[in-house]
Amino acid sequence: MEFIKHQIEKIKPNFEKGGKWEKHYYSFEALETFLFAPATTNGIKGAQIRDAIDLKRLMMTVIISMVPCLLFGMWNVGHQHFLAVGQAASFMDKFWIGVVQVMPIVVVSYGVGLGIEFVFATFRRHPVNEGFLVTGMLIPLVMPPDVPLWQVGLATAFAVIIGKEAFGGTGMNVMNVALTARAFLYFAYPTDISGSVWTYIGEAKTVAGYSGATPLSLAADAATSGTNVVTSLNSFGAGWNEGVFSFWNMFMGIMPGCIGETSTLMCLVGAFILVATGTGSWKVIVSVFGGAYAMGLLLNLIGGNAFVEMPAHYHLVIGGLAFGAVFMATDPVTASQTETGKWIYGALIGIFTVMIRVFNPAYPEGIMLAILLMNVFAPLIDYFVVSANKKRRLQRATV
Amino acid sequence: MGKFIRLKKGFTINLAGKAASKVVEIEQPDTFVIKPTDFHGTYMPKPVVKEGDTVKAGSPLFHDKRHESIIYSAPVSGEVVEIKRGEKRKLLEIKILADKKVEYETFKKYTISEISNLSAAALKEQLLASGVWPNLIERPFGVVADPGVTPKAIHISAFDTHPLAPDYTVLYKGQDQYFQVGVDILKKFTSGNVHINTHATSEISTLFSQVKGAEVNKFSGPHPVGCVGVQIHHLDPINKGQIVWTIAPAGVIQIGKLFLNGIYDASKLVALTGSEVKSPQYYKTYTGASVKKFLQDNLKQDHVRVISGNPLTGTSVGKEGHIGFFDQQISVLPEGDYAEFVGWITPGERKLSFHRAIGLFSFLSPGKERVVDTNTHGEPRAFVQSGIFEQVVPMDILPTHLLKSILAEDIDEMEALGIYEVIEEDLALCEFVDVSKHKVQEILREGLELVQQS
Repeated sequence: MEFIKHQIEKIKPNFEKGGKWEKHYYSFEALETFLFAPATTNGIKGAQIRDAIDLKRLMMTVIISMVPCLLFGMWNVGHQHFLAVGQAASFMDKFWIGVVQVMPIVVVSYGVGLGIEFVFATFRRHPVNEGFLVTGMLIPLVMPPDVPLWQVGLATAFAVIIGKEAFGGTGMNVMNVALTARAFLYFAYPTDISGSVWTYIGEAKTVAGYSGATPLSLAADAATSGTNVVTSLNSFGAGWNEGVFSFWNMFMGIMPGCIGETSTLMCLVGAFILVATGTGSWKVIVSVFGGAYAMGLLLNLIGGNAFVEMPAHYHLVIGGLAFGAVFMATDPVTASQTETGKWIYGALIGIFTVMIRVFNPAYPEGIMLAILLMNVFAPLIDYFVVSANKKRRLQRATV
Repeated sequence: MGKFIRLKKGFTINLAGKAASKVVEIEQPDTFVIKPTDFHGTYMPKPVVKEGDTVKAGSPLFHDKRHESIIYSAPVSGEVVEIKRGEKRKLLEIKILADKKVEYETFKKYTISEISNLSAAALKEQLLASGVWPNLIERPFGVVADPGVTPKAIHISAFDTHPLAPDYTVLYKGQDQYFQVGVDILKKFTSGNVHINTHATSEISTLFSQVKGAEVNKFSGPHPVGCVGVQIHHLDPINKGQIVWTIAPAGVIQIGKLFLNGIYDASKLVALTGSEVKSPQYYKTYTGASVKKFLQDNLKQDHVRVISGNPLTGTSVGKEGHIGFFDQQISVLPEGDYAEFVGWITPGERKLSFHRAIGLFSFLSPGKERVVDTNTHGEPRAFVQSGIFEQVVPMDILPTHLLKSILAEDIDEMEALGIYEVIEEDLALCEFVDVSKHKVQEILREGLELVQQS
């Protein structure tokens, strides 16, 4: 430890003002503070003591809350693979296939994203922000397991440069960076991110009767054909994976889908960690689920087609609603920043998700679009909440 | 009848090294210092003494160009040994080498009944001339009160919830008579009430419970409930164009002594606190005392930070420094200038945090007294809107939005978001809990100065 510290101290002058690598000071600072929490003390005036928290620890907490989704996702990628090719396999075999398939995506996401962050920090002379540590993990979790790596890299680059740095860097972005990456793929390569991409098949041959349909696409089909959604979900996969879309199976997340977002249960574990540690806003999480459920119930009452009549609680377990509610909507930068605003923001995300799903079958994944939409409107919500606060003060003055 | 207000938001920082309820008298310090920088809003302080002059307690040391009638005077008698100036010859401090026995300037003495017949103008005149006046603080801005205005109310916080704060039942024991006279005098300055804001659940000194002629309110909740700004917000908030005065009980007692005894009596008890002090206790001394003698043979180790005031809002003065005008507390904490290997993730029950993020377990034992050093525990970063500021500000104020409006230097926005209602101490907890390590108090003062100048 002392040796490393000594070496750092030795090379430090090169990076400081006047040093030969002065330009790279912030890259150096990022690595130095990663190794050692700095020896800086508080100023002469003001708070002489500080809370033990820092941004790195806060971000680490969020990453840890995603680990259950990641591990489950790795196993599930393998599990779905063997189901689709009709082979039996052990737990470790399934997990290993998942690791091999998922880790490169994680590496590409972090590599490309952090690389761009360092370049921007160097040119714009600001500290490297820890925010990407979370984004870099979120991106793989919303990618299909079979996504080509170059697409991951391209999407990450687009999201970081256009979604974040163009707006002024971390903390200034309007839209959630990870969702921007996902939306980029969705609109730039629509054929590559639909169909049988949700299960990793590899070189193997699929079993007879295999279909790569998702619950959302089944529900959308049911709307046109008029069959009951629950029946069609329950009967899906007969012969090779029967019961894959039963309610409880979908809640557990043992079904094809994006790497990290299939399991509502694991998302709830993540939500528990976020809420217990105070890092994620429980108000947003609860109101997204609440908004979606309420909208589902309302649609049930109105009726219309089979999708509209799908039981409201199914909305909470299909697609990426749970993952979006827990990890995407709670992003403090792009969410509503006032406490009252968070309720409105979350509820509207839930409502819009269900509306987009049901009324616009062309875009089945409503949660992504709903969150991006509300990201844009969050400042407006805040504007009204802050105005109300000002108005209270003004009224008091004139009474 | 006073009000009873319960607050929920906030965080009481529980540190090791609270002062034992024991008052010690040791040989008085050699030097005493008055620092114009302790008074916000002083514009161009001008000394009226020269180095080498002898002064008595209550003799004028300097006055300010903004209000020349307000005299800042010597707390003890002795010789002016140093007039320290900083950049652009800004007056920083005036140092007095104290006599062994304090001699006082004499002012007019009154009986209690005579005082009740005095006019506000006559009272103000003596307060201004003696140097007792600067105890009165004006809100908005937290500056020394303007003698020319009539505030809508005067507020006195009767307890302190800052970390390691002194116990008022010890500080003001036996001063009941002076306090009552002080309150009677203050009542003549305001068109409204004199509010005395007490703590609902702890022992209340008779000073406050027996006082007549004032509104006695009760408060409960975690820090910053003891901050007078928070109390004002809930009792009778300050609106644009309104003025409220605040004063610490020590100031009220000085007012009483000035009129009953005819002297500027700057004697006060000071609590020596902090984890690095061998025997934390109270000392009897005078305003502006050198801290040196209190620390002698009383420190556990040498690598410490000596703070005049409390660890949240105080000023680091060093082992040879002097206590600030308004402070009644010296805090001694371990200096935190060490680098911790991967300190951003190492877990620790001993690390104090308001947050519950991974590895920070201090929330599990809130009653435990902790040793906290002066390390920043992290590096400055961009604002992250985690909603944490809102959890430690028990007021209908949006702290993050207010701070952002200050950074943007948008004066109208600052006014609309309630800058008139706060000074540094009210938002000091935000600085403590901030993930991005901003200097919240400094930013707020910059904003207050911007609004004041506009």
